Amino acid sequence: MATSIATKALEPRVAVALSGVLNLVGAFLSLAVAATIASGLVSTKLVTLTVVAAGLTGGIVWNLLTWLLGIPSSSSHALIGGVIGSTLAAAGGHAVLWHGLVSKVVLPAVLSPIIAALVAATGTWLLYRISRKLTNAARQHGFRIGQIGSACMVSLAHGTNDAQKTMGVITLALIANKTLASGSNAPFWVILCCALAISLGTYIGGWRVIRTLGKGLVEIESPQGMAAESASAAVILLSSSFGYSLSTTHVATGSIIGTGLGKKGAEVRWNVAGRMATAWVFTLPSAALVGAGAFALAHVIGGTLGVVVDLIILLAVVAVIYWKSRGSKVDHKNVNDEWTGSAAPAEPEPAAAA
Amino acid sequence: MSWINLSALWKIVVYGLIAGAGLPALFAIGLRALAWPGGARVQTAGAGAGSAGGDPTAADNNDRLVGGNVLGMLIAAIIFLVILAALGWCVYEVYQIGHPAVKK
Repeated sequence: MATSIATKALEPRVAVALSGVLNLVGAFLSLAVAATIASGLVSTKLVTLTVVAAGLTGGIVWNLLTWLLGIPSSSSHALIGGVIGSTLAAAGGHAVLWHGLVSKVVLPAVLSPIIAALVAATGTWLLYRISRKLTNAARQHGFRIGQIGSACMVSLAHGTNDAQKTMGVITLALIANKTLASGSNAPFWVILCCALAISLGTYIGGWRVIRTLGKGLVEIESPQGMAAESASAAVILLSSSFGYSLSTTHVATGSIIGTGLGKKGAEVRWNVAGRMATAWVFTLPSAALVGAGAFALAHVIGGTLGVVVDLIILLAVVAVIYWKSRGSKVDHKNVNDEWTGSAAPAEPEPAAAA
Repeated sequence: MSWINLSALWKIVVYGLIAGAGLPALFAIGLRALAWPGGARVQTAGAGAGSAGGDPTAADNNDRLVGGNVLGMLIAAIIFLVILAALGWCVYEVYQIGHPAVKK
């Protein structure tokens, strides 16, 4: 959706609402990724509820930090990192299914943005080639309509991958608690809750990332927007059906860079891209460290109280970050302002409110 | 089990290119067919290869999409329907793959 807002194909609030609904649908569409998270990464026999809680603390703390900085680091990797970290701290290296981690998370993380960039560059080149006879204005207009369709597919794809991770973790917790048998699929109420949560989350919190993705990386026109979105949607949907838990943010970033490469004379802001890449490299290990730390803390205090302390820390971090983010608000009003080098748009002059 | 699933990888690349770059390209062809000029003037059967696409020097701020050629509009409509059908089929496939029978 980031790109269709940036090219003004959709009114921001409509775009985000639509995206929320489609995420909901997507969440029901494929459960392969949830299965990967729930039983493909850590040994479900060795995971306890404390481990899951500590893992979540690690993931969320790291996630919100990067979100505050406007870097679309992968929430999925933060989540996975957190769970891996706390599992390591709790049960040691043999509890982590390294093969699953590398083949279903790490390798897709490296490859998916490259594939997305390739597809988007090809698409961009084709679109400009085929539509070169159209007048510039007609081209912008036509692809703006096409973009609405491709953006919808991205939201759908997002639901098939990102909502699944939450489901996976909750399923993992239920398995740890022996509510579910090892190897079970996510029960219906879990699917529904996660689907609703991701829709709401998209509506409430997506603005900052939309801004970085839509405006920060390349200046895009509507044909590029459509190419980028189609590429993202295709790569995410395909990967989801193979159960690869990839980061939709990585893919979208790869696509947007690809669309910059596919058009002559388009400028790619490599320094922004570099900043993101750095954040990604650090995401898994950092979240794992925080997750391990959270487990250690819960373990030292012990029992239910330890878990409660973790959750209190978690809430405190969330509160602080939420409060801080109010200072440099990004919402439907300023999401498209001129890029000035940081995620937060320049302060509008009070008198300029004409 | 190998660390990298090559068969999944090439499927993602190939299908990704077909759906992610091919479908938008098809959409672009549809747009072009839609923009064929025509109106009263009937285009001959050779239009498919030619597709004059309007005078490129004509006012660049003219954003009208429909050129008025009936054949062009028909082709465009068919292309757009094909795209929608392809999307529907893709979503169905994903649904099929994504809901494996529950292992007990």
